[in-house]
Amino acid sequence: GQQANSLHTRAAGSVSGLHIFHKEGDHEDLAPQLVPLDYTTCPDVKVPYELIGSMPELKDNPFRQRIAQVFSEDGDGHMTLDNFLDMFSVMSEMAPRDLKAYYAFKIYDFNNDDYICAWDLEQTVTKLTRGELSAEEVSLVCEKVLDEADGDHDGRLSLEDFQNMILRAPDFLSTFHIRI
Amino acid sequence: VEWSGECLRSCRREVQIKVEEKEDETEESSSEEEEEVEDKLPRRESLRPKRKRTRDVINEDDPEPEPEDEETRKAREKERRRRLKRGAEAKKFVSENEGALGKGKGKRWFAFKMMMAKKWAKFLRDFENFKAACVPWENKIKAIESQFGSSVASYFLFLRWMYGVNMVLFILTFSLIMLPEYLWGLPYGSLPRKTVPRAEEASAANFGVLYDFNGLAQYSVLFYGYYDNKRTIGWMNFRLPLSYFLVGIMCIGYSFLVVLKAMTKNIGDDGGGDDNTFNFSWKVFTSWDYLIGNPETADNKFNSITMNFKEAITEEKAAQVEENVHLIRFLRFLANFFVFLTLGGSGYLIFWAVKRSQEFAQQDPDTLGWWEKNEMNMVMSLLGMFCPTLFDLFAELEDYHPLIALKWLLGRIFALLLGNLYVFILALMDEINNKIEEEKLVKANITLWEANMIKAYNASFSENSTGPPFFVHPADVPRGPCWETMVGQEFVRLTVSDVLTTYVTILIGDFLRACFVRFCNYCWCWDLEYGYPSYTEFDISGNVLALIFNQGMIWMGSFFAPSLPGINILRLHTSMYFQCWAVMCCNVPEARVFKASRSNNFYLGMLLLILFLSTMPVLYMIVSLPPSFDCGPFSGKNRMFEVIGETLEHDFPSWMAKILRQLSNPGLVIAVILVMVLAIYYLNATAKGQKAANLDLKKKMKMLQLLVASNKYPESPEKVHFALLFKSNAICERPENKHC
Repeated sequence: GQQANSLHTRAAGSVSGLHIFHKEGDHEDLAPQLVPLDYTTCPDVKVPYELIGSMPELKDNPFRQRIAQVFSEDGDGHMTLDNFLDMFSVMSEMAPRDLKAYYAFKIYDFNNDDYICAWDLEQTVTKLTRGELSAEEVSLVCEKVLDEADGDHDGRLSLEDFQNMILRAPDFLSTFHIRI
Repeated sequence: VEWSGECLRSCRREVQIKVEEKEDETEESSSEEEEEVEDKLPRRESLRPKRKRTRDVINEDDPEPEPEDEETRKAREKERRRRLKRGAEAKKFVSENEGALGKGKGKRWFAFKMMMAKKWAKFLRDFENFKAACVPWENKIKAIESQFGSSVASYFLFLRWMYGVNMVLFILTFSLIMLPEYLWGLPYGSLPRKTVPRAEEASAANFGVLYDFNGLAQYSVLFYGYYDNKRTIGWMNFRLPLSYFLVGIMCIGYSFLVVLKAMTKNIGDDGGGDDNTFNFSWKVFTSWDYLIGNPETADNKFNSITMNFKEAITEEKAAQVEENVHLIRFLRFLANFFVFLTLGGSGYLIFWAVKRSQEFAQQDPDTLGWWEKNEMNMVMSLLGMFCPTLFDLFAELEDYHPLIALKWLLGRIFALLLGNLYVFILALMDEINNKIEEEKLVKANITLWEANMIKAYNASFSENSTGPPFFVHPADVPRGPCWETMVGQEFVRLTVSDVLTTYVTILIGDFLRACFVRFCNYCWCWDLEYGYPSYTEFDISGNVLALIFNQGMIWMGSFFAPSLPGINILRLHTSMYFQCWAVMCCNVPEARVFKASRSNNFYLGMLLLILFLSTMPVLYMIVSLPPSFDCGPFSGKNRMFEVIGETLEHDFPSWMAKILRQLSNPGLVIAVILVMVLAIYYLNATAKGQKAANLDLKKKMKMLQLLVASNKYPESPEKVHFALLFKSNAICERPENKHC
């Protein structure tokens, strides 16, 4: 919470004004009947998850449901304009590495217990391979991951373990990125 | 400053500002009212009870002060002085910040400042937006990224970056060399070097001749030979030879700077990772490419991820299989032997082609067909096309892990292209030496010709000058062979033929093949789309290498043909559109996605190497070959760099020339070199030290994590990290840092 807030203020400048404007337009286009044209009175409008999940940038992503849940207000996938902007701000090119790592951790933490446990890993691997690996192979992969990245040997990945591992990955910045 | 606000039921508001000293009775107060003017309600003042000033209140209510003795009187004096001082400070503070409160004399200035600050912030934001909107081709690249993933898009990002670099080179050469000569130099036809020779005049404007960059194209600002060697030209006294030389050097310097800057920017991204510690973790968490926005690509990506996992798992399980080591070693040796043969063969082919082209140059151009004229360029392009496939074939023998095989392939293609380039340069040097020999003969001829002309001139003078004045048309003057223009022409021709080859390859290899597969699939025995030939994949490394080597040509040739950066700009511009179209229309995403993951720096490293290797011949030519005697801005000098010495003598005051001559004293130069070597050593040591300190900190962090986990602190992790980090440090033992 605290950490996220401080990282958030850093990321506030990440998305350039042009992109925000473009994305605001997008938010309207998703649901023109829901989204009012004038936001000055700060209306409380939420775009339902189904519409978010059908956006061209997200519709082929196996983790789109988790992304929407992480960035939405109540964790149910329905997003307000602020959530929407936050999502694209974090996923943009300019967001700092540790901010991305923090949100990546939350996305891959399926049961929201602040740890990536073996079950979360299994879910991730299954989603990545669309169920084409056998159960034995999936569990072997999860074991290997915990072997490699679990620094405090408690059988699950904490935020520190995850950050330690992901910040060294050469591809992380280029793959954890949505261009708008 | 204490604010006290009173809100009434009406919409008027009153703001009171009281500056109050805590211990003191003195009070400085300025209270004003700010009212929302309501016409109906009466003004507050008349209704408000008169507020007594506290000073007066105190004076009224206090009892009579007691008679004082000396000490208390002094204390009171001191007290009073202190009060006055603080009162003055408070007054100053209020008067300075009155404006911020919307009151007093500072109000307008403050409001103005605020407005300007807001306008400035808005202007900066708009400017940032404008800059972001100016970046070209962003939408195209996004479309490609979403369909093909980030590795294919990296080629186009690289292309765009090269476009930027070339744009700067073009601006330099155009504005400082071509434009001045065009505006202020002597026009076409005024000097022998600027005119097409009489013998070639008839065909000077033919398309065939122009396409070869002979004829009118040769005698224009596009090439070195057109430029005059006068020290200054035009009314501004623009020093063209000096500018030519300096721009050449500046282009090289700028290219080095920009490539190094790009490389150092990428170094930070690596994080010093070791490749294999987090193999599976990285596969799980970073293999999905969030840029993908296309179901077909997503399909491919899922498949490749699954395959990746399966391979990694089998590798993990079958770690200790001992195959027949000797057979593998023999096969690898065989493969390398074949590769060596191929490289040697291609080098010899190029050398032979260059020799042949020299023979053709001696013959009459009309007897040569199109192939003979373009033979050498065709040979180089075809070799560049077919040899990589051969290398791929040989790599089957080797049986390496695909990533390693990719690196070997890239290395071999690089060696091939490099070898070709250098054979080309050697052949060129051969020709240059020939031309320099030829020049001596031509010089001898010219002295004879001049003698004839003088005789004719005297003869015409002795007659009664009734005939037309004696005049030798520039086109009739015999010319020396201009080796610099010849070099420039070779590079320009090579670039143009390279462009055409690439485009034709894409059209035939990709587009026609795609059409064939798509439309003939209905009436074919086997499924063309899944079997052979199917659609082509976009060959990232081949394209990037081609781009890098073409840039090497540009760097080599732009000193002798100032138009070369301009031609390259055109080429890159059209390439961008053409290749974007071809990729989206005819290619499919790669089935096996292998990224040489640090490939960004790999390609930049190759670019740097090529830059270095291509500027070496140019510098060699500048420093050691004599310029032609009758063409170019350095004609008449012994060496090209003498233009600097000449400028120093003529244009700088004499004391400066003396100083610079002292500076080139060998003793001083050696001392400077020693200092630079020492600086390099020192910086290297510092960098090593910092890396070690970095590793040390990382280890400490790991220890802390263990500590935190074992102690199970309920507080937030950062606080604990901070506390433990400092606890373990000697700094905390000092008394002043007790708060640690």
